[in-house]
Amino acid sequence: MTRDPCDRCEELLQEFLDRTLSDAEWAEAESHLSGCEYCRRRYRFEEHLRRYVKLSAAERMPPGLMDKLRELRGLDATA
Amino acid sequence: MSEPEPETAAQRIAVEARDRARFEDEALGLADQVYRVARRLVGSREEAEDLVQETYARAFRSWRSYTPGTNMRAWLLRILTNLNVDRGRRIQRSPQTQPLEETDYYLANKLASAAGEEQLDQDAVVERLSQDSVVNALSELPPHFRDVVVLVDIGDFTYADAAQILDVPIGTVMSRLHRGRRALKAKLAEEALP
Repeated sequence: MTRDPCDRCEELLQEFLDRTLSDAEWAEAESHLSGCEYCRRRYRFEEHLRRYVKLSAAERMPPGLMDKLRELRGLDATA
Repeated sequence: MSEPEPETAAQRIAVEARDRARFEDEALGLADQVYRVARRLVGSREEAEDLVQETYARAFRSWRSYTPGTNMRAWLLRILTNLNVDRGRRIQRSPQTQPLEETDYYLANKLASAAGEEQLDQDAVVERLSQDSVVNALSELPPHFRDVVVLVDIGDFTYADAAQILDVPIGTVMSRLHRGRRALKAKLAEEALP
């Protein structure tokens, strides 16, 4: 039974963007993406979503915390 | 055994003080990145501040167990995640419920059917999801999934670093990460397109 190539491409999405696919799998994804606008859009969307998640989750250190951490310098192992 | 030469002992103390100060400088330089991860692992800013302070207190006490030249950010995060688990502070929401996990295209498909296929190319589609909804969706992931998603996708750790930090095999990191990201997208789809 042949599988739907878009389902296969969907399966490769996360590791493709993480750059952890094997060379053979990478080539498989690239070759499908070059001819499939549907999957290409979804790969681009995923990339954009990841950046947006990171941006949304980022929260700067509250003012004053750095000073509290500096005060911990020199803590004794026995203390 | 003979006493060490006074000069040698003094030198040793000086070298140790220098090494320690270097360690502390490097660790403090990473505080902002450590806080950023901590903040998404616990439910409030206050808890994140406490957790980071406890982490640095432990790190400064046990600085000798750090191997210079290795990944200090991962070393600090390992202390932090252990403290977080020990203290039972991890956000625990409805631990019995299995997260809704759809396939990887699920969110994109939902948005495409609501706004049109071409709209997927527009940044505005992602921005239909408010930043608050992203933060909520992250906090609602089961803790084992969330730890990995936060380390890799927010903290930029590699699979190998995350495996070392959480003391689990790399295959476990990959499977939790993949499932966690799918669960996150399913939650976002629920929120954006009820």
